[in-house]
Amino acid sequence: MNVANEAVAGHAPHARVVHIEHGAHAAAHGATHKQYIVGFLLAIALTVVPFALVMTHSVAGTPLFIAGFAVAQILVHVLYFLHVNGSEQQRWNLTALIYTAIVVGIVMGGSIWIMHHLYINMMPGMMHGSMD
Amino acid sequence: MSESIVMHDGALALKPGYVDHAADALRDLRWSRDAIDFQVEHHHDVAATAQLGFWLYLMSDCLLFSGLFATYSVLSGHTAGGPSGQSLFELPYVLVETMFLLVSSFTCGLATLAMGSGRRNATVGWLALTFLLGLGFVGMEVHEFAHLIAIGAGPSHSAFLSSFFTLVATHGLHVTCGLIWMAVMMATVLKKGLTPSTQSRLNCLSLFWHFLDIIWVGVFSLVYLFGVAH
Repeated sequence: MNVANEAVAGHAPHARVVHIEHGAHAAAHGATHKQYIVGFLLAIALTVVPFALVMTHSVAGTPLFIAGFAVAQILVHVLYFLHVNGSEQQRWNLTALIYTAIVVGIVMGGSIWIMHHLYINMMPGMMHGSMD
Repeated sequence: MSESIVMHDGALALKPGYVDHAADALRDLRWSRDAIDFQVEHHHDVAATAQLGFWLYLMSDCLLFSGLFATYSVLSGHTAGGPSGQSLFELPYVLVETMFLLVSSFTCGLATLAMGSGRRNATVGWLALTFLLGLGFVGMEVHEFAHLIAIGAGPSHSAFLSSFFTLVATHGLHVTCGLIWMAVMMATVLKKGLTPSTQSRLNCLSLFWHFLDIIWVGVFSLVYLFGVAH
């Protein structure tokens, strides 16, 4: 009789534990409708505004605006769609992401910087001579 | 068996003589429960490892794109006397293209939410919508490429156009691969249902699709908006 009671009683909390684990799993992914809708609306705004700025030629210094909006939108995507946060579970994902961002920065920034530097130091005749 | 077990206020009670037999049966049950626990935990580990592995692939893909972005940035001004981005790009067209991909990213997220709540038909429905939007995006891109080549602004015309076609077509190729993957996943979900392995693969597909939208943000900003604003 005891065995039966213990086993049956032992089963019920276990079922609850499994349920809680699933809840935590879903929460860790942060997947909620609200989050997707907020991210979606932000992304639309961050897309339409720079397009409008360029199409209407309204703001001086537009390239800086474009870069700012692009970075903002990428952050929105990463936070709201890829659900990257600082949680323990995602430590390695975040590490890889930061590493990638650094390498992308070095590759792109470095290429543009160096090639631009070479370009402006080029002898005037060398650049256009071949095209004539 | 029905005579051996009686209910007392919701608890099971056994008649004398059946206790040993029942204890064995319950021990067996426990064993199998532990096995199930192990499998569930094992599956969670495998799924988490698969997600991390796929994430690392996405990061390396990001590095590939950074090389193409850097190449384009350096070569975008080198038009060899041919047309520049300013005269070629049509922003309203690109805005529609962008919206196709952005909305598809959103519907892909809704597909994973439907999957999370176990609604198989809704999952396939959102995936189908995502697929159509992605197909629309690829269709528009192919149309743009065909138009550029037709007016003589093909990839062989200048360094600017070579790097433009390489960058944008590499992205388009990724989207096309994503579409094929998505078609396979829709068929799998319809056939096998939302099994743990199907869910794990769908999560990876969703990461891939969102990642492609992020790359596209870089493309429309650096290539089209910068190209026209300059």
